[in-house]
Amino acid sequence: MIRFDRVTKEYPRSGVALRDVSFQVAKGEFVFLTGPSGAGKSTILRLTYFEGTPTQGEVRVSGFTSRETSRKEIAKLRRRLGIVFQDFRLLEDRTAEENVAFALEVTGTPRAQVGPKVSRVLAQVGLASKLTAYPRELSGGEQQRVAIARALVNDPFVLIADEPTGNLDERATRGVFQLLQEINAAGTAVLMATHDLELVRRSDYRTIELNHGQVVFDSADTPEVQP
Amino acid sequence: MRRTFREAANTFLRAPLLSALSVTTIAFSLFAFGLFGLVALNIRDALQKVEERVEIRAFIVDGTDATAVAAAAGDIAAFPEVQSVNLVSREQALQRARQELGEFRDVFEAGVLPASIDVKLKPGSRDPATVQQVAERLKSYPFIDDVRYGEEWITQLHRLRNIAGVAGLALGLAFAAVAVIIIGATIRMAVLARAEEIAIMRLVGATDGYIRRPFLLEGFFKGVAGGALALALTWFATQLIDRYLHFQTVFFSPSLAALGIVAGALIGVLGSAVSVGRHLRRV
Repeated sequence: MIRFDRVTKEYPRSGVALRDVSFQVAKGEFVFLTGPSGAGKSTILRLTYFEGTPTQGEVRVSGFTSRETSRKEIAKLRRRLGIVFQDFRLLEDRTAEENVAFALEVTGTPRAQVGPKVSRVLAQVGLASKLTAYPRELSGGEQQRVAIARALVNDPFVLIADEPTGNLDERATRGVFQLLQEINAAGTAVLMATHDLELVRRSDYRTIELNHGQVVFDSADTPEVQP
Repeated sequence: MRRTFREAANTFLRAPLLSALSVTTIAFSLFAFGLFGLVALNIRDALQKVEERVEIRAFIVDGTDATAVAAAAGDIAAFPEVQSVNLVSREQALQRARQELGEFRDVFEAGVLPASIDVKLKPGSRDPATVQQVAERLKSYPFIDDVRYGEEWITQLHRLRNIAGVAGLALGLAFAAVAVIIIGATIRMAVLARAEEIAIMRLVGATDGYIRRPFLLEGFFKGVAGGALALALTWFATQLIDRYLHFQTVFFSPSLAALGIVAGALIGVLGSAVSVGRHLRRV
C-alpha cells in the first residue's frame, strides 16, 4: 500500500535527508517512525503525501507513483490520506465544525452530506459537545482531536501523523494515542512519527527507527522470539 | 460555483480591512491613471478644436469671372483631402474683418480686401505636408493670387500634437504599469494573508483550480469595485475643476467609462491569477 523503494532525498540547502530507504507498510498496519530530530522522519511522511519527490528511488502510495504523478493526481491521492501535524494546523477563524467541513468541501462532497458527516466524525473523536468552539477555545488535546477528525472525515486508508502528541501533556497524549489506536482498529493504517519512546515501548506496533536519513532498525525484519 | 462565491464573499467578511484596503488601492491607482487619462483626453480635445480651425485661404484676383470661380470651387470641393469649401466675396471679407477686429473696424474700407476661397480640410489631412500640398494645387489656378494658411502656426500645432501624443502614451504606460504593480502587490498581500489556508487546502486534497477560483472571483470583484470607485473619484474631480477653476472639462464617454471598469476587473483577475499562480508553484 505504501512502498519506499531505495529512496534518497536530497534538499538543495540542507543536503541529504534520506539515504537509500526501503520499506513497506501493509493495509491496516500501525507503524511508528522513530529516531532523533533530523533523522528523516518528517521527510518520509512528506514523501508519503507527495510533498516533493525523491531524488532517487521511488515512492508508491496506493497505486500512485512518485515518478509520474501530476499535481492534479496528487490532490486526488491526498483526499484518500489523513494528515495530522504536531501544530494541529487548524484555521483559527473557523469553528471545529467548519474546520472539519472544510476538508469535505474541498473534495466536492454534496452539502447535504457535509453536516451529518462532520457531526459523526467529531463525535467519534469525543468532541460532540464542542462543534461550534473556535480552536483558541479548545485545549491542545482537543485541537489535535479536531485535526484528527478533519483527517478522518474523508475515510482515508492511512492516517499520516507527524509527532501528533509532540505538543501535548501526558494525559492528552494518552487520549490522542488511544484515539489513533481505535482508528487503526477500525481498519485505517497509521504511520506515526514520534520521539516519545514511552509510547512506542508501551505498545507492540511495528517500529522503524531512523538515524542520519537511514533505516537503522525495523522491527518487522526481526524474527519474533518464540517462547 | 456557489462555493466559489461563498468563499470569495467570506474573504471580504473575514478580512474586511484588508479587502477595503485592496479596493482602495486599486481605486486610487486607477484614479491616478484616470486623471491622467482625463488630462490627455482634454488636451486632445482642445488640440482638435484648434485643429478644426486649420484653413487655407486662396485669394482671388480682382475681376475674375464668378462662374469660373464657382466651377473651381466645385473642383476643389472634390479633392479627397477637402472637407468644405466656402466662397467669400469682397463684401463678406470686409464684414468678417470688421467683426474679428472689433474696435479697429473703421480702418477698413470697402474694396481693400480681396475675395477668397476658404478651404477646410478633413481630419487627418491637417498636417503641414498635406496642407502645403493642397495649397500648391490651389496656387495652380490662374485666378488665384496668393494662398495663406499660417504655415508656421500649423507646423507648431502639429509638433505640439505629436509631443502630446508621445508623452501621453509614455506617461499612460508608466501610470498603467504603476497601477498594475501596486494592485499586484495588494493582491499578493491578500494571498499571503491566506497562505496557511492554502497550505491546508492542498493537504486535504484541493486542486489548484479549486484554490484559485475564489481568488480570481475576489480579484474580479475588487477590480470592479476599485474601477467604479476610481470612476466616481475622477468624475468628482472634474466637477470640482469645473466649479472652482471654471474650466470646461470633457469627461469620459460612457463607453470609455465602461472600459475603465472592465480594465479594473481585468487587472483584478490577472493580478490574482499571477499572485496565486506564483504562490501555488512555490508551495
